Amino acid sequence: MSSESHKLSPSAWIGIALMSTFLLLAIFGPWLAPYSVVHQDLDARFLGPSTAHWLGTDQHGIDTLSQVLHGTRIAAMLSASVVSICAVTGTLLGVVAGYYRGVVDEIVMRIVDVLLAFPGILLNIAIVALVATPGIGTMIIALCVNGWVRYARLARGQVLAMRELEYVSAARAIGARSSVVMFRHILPNMLSPIVVMMSLSFGGVIAVEASLSFLGLGPQLDYSWGSLLDQGTTFSLATPRLALIPGIAIMIVVLGSNLLGDGLRDYYDPKGRR
Amino acid sequence: MFDSSFILPRLGSSAIAVAGVSILVFLLLHLIPGDPIDQLAGGEATPEQREELEACMHLNEPLGTQFTIFLGTIADGSLGRQCPNPESKPTVMERIIDKLPYTIELAIGGMLVAVLFALPLGILAAVKRGTWVDAAAAIVSLSGLSMHTAFMGPLALVIFFDHLSWLPGPAEADAPFALVLPSIVIGTHLMAMLARMTRSSLVEVLDNDYIRTARAKGLGERVVLLKHALRNALLPVITVAGLQFGSLLGGAIITEKIFERPGLGTLLLEGISERNYPVVQGTVLIIAISYVIVNTLVDLSYGFVDPRIRTRA
Repeated sequence: MSSESHKLSPSAWIGIALMSTFLLLAIFGPWLAPYSVVHQDLDARFLGPSTAHWLGTDQHGIDTLSQVLHGTRIAAMLSASVVSICAVTGTLLGVVAGYYRGVVDEIVMRIVDVLLAFPGILLNIAIVALVATPGIGTMIIALCVNGWVRYARLARGQVLAMRELEYVSAARAIGARSSVVMFRHILPNMLSPIVVMMSLSFGGVIAVEASLSFLGLGPQLDYSWGSLLDQGTTFSLATPRLALIPGIAIMIVVLGSNLLGDGLRDYYDPKGRR
Repeated sequence: MFDSSFILPRLGSSAIAVAGVSILVFLLLHLIPGDPIDQLAGGEATPEQREELEACMHLNEPLGTQFTIFLGTIADGSLGRQCPNPESKPTVMERIIDKLPYTIELAIGGMLVAVLFALPLGILAAVKRGTWVDAAAAIVSLSGLSMHTAFMGPLALVIFFDHLSWLPGPAEADAPFALVLPSIVIGTHLMAMLARMTRSSLVEVLDNDYIRTARAKGLGERVVLLKHALRNALLPVITVAGLQFGSLLGGAIITEKIFERPGLGTLLLEGISERNYPVVQGTVLIIAISYVIVNTLVDLSYGFVDPRIRTRA
């Protein structure tokens, strides 16, 4: 039973395959791109898929495949930065709040409550929209402002449950400092749900970037998937392909991130799997 | 029934959240780098025009005074007016009330789509666990979770408006059936989430001893499912649905843009492109406060429906 359940499910493997392909394309994609993404070829506008242009060309005659490949790197960089900043900040704050309780806990959790009071991407929109010329840094900050909150709640809950366990009391009883108890004894034992959440939110970041770019608020990165989707929808009635391709790219990564996250959760907690 | 030890802490933390939201919305304008006057007046403004604008927006006052003025506009229910010449313009609240019904009908439409499709899908998947029906339901809900609104909306328009001409297209918010496509687009993500929850919640309940007892005493599978299992399984699902109602208000921003519908989202985007700070602040504030109120109501009603929650609190 235990060896049976402690195996990755087939859907988790699909997730791993999708995410590895995505990361490999993020690293090598721009070099694999067959054409330049800045050079406009006005004689080659709106070309359909062909052997020369596998995914066709856009309204400026730029090769769509090359744009998507360049966009892969932006998507991966943005997601990786946002997810890691949020996970580290949120986990640290959550661990400290849960361990010390009292005033620290109150302050952190009240901030969490306030940030959670903004539904969906509303706060991200408000931040990006008010900056005069948002760059990719603004985007990362805007996504991190409330992105850490879920990690903090998760980490705090884990610490609250764990600080009453005997091995933690034992560590305290032999005089271990608070920082040692928190980061050497508690933290390593609560990493698996954090990793699951990181994996699940990886696709979410790409989706939010796409939303902001679609609303015309993101940094003007010409070939981020969100910008491609936004430009593509302008021509969606005449040339649906231009919106379909970045839309499918986003969908595949979000799907991969969900499958991987679900798979890891079942792997770490086989009881939860049914 | 009335249990103050259950209700009061929740009302208290909601009040703190609303206060925090107001402070944050006020500070947004001040924390973000860049001078609002520059963005509003443009490069060619004379120093006098700039000063006038600054005085009109009270930016020359100390931060505390500005916050008091901001609270004043919340208290008098106007939420402020756009500078310059504020007297000639409608208050932000008037503009919001004008658009609010469109967003509420969209959110309700989205919620209906989500619940009406999610429950049968989730129940079917749980009852037929491990069969192809379960697998198909999983594919549907995973696709729903992964498909971006900004991708699904235009796609739905191309298919149902452009090719099939079944449903009204963009900028026809008052046409009959105009709500159908936007509701499907805004509700799909929630539908997928709820379907997955319904399945896992029902699967868990069906493994319980009392279900085995119900079957053992010879009850039909339909009675076991409808009278014994679903009652308990659906409670968390309905709660999550309620809690997500507010997030549909946030999701409306993208859907309204795709379908060129009037609403709070469109108003917010208009405010952003006009650099109309009172409108941006007011819309963000109203959406966030509605979200807090809805969540508090759901939280409280959950306590009344399920006594275990109340006693645990």
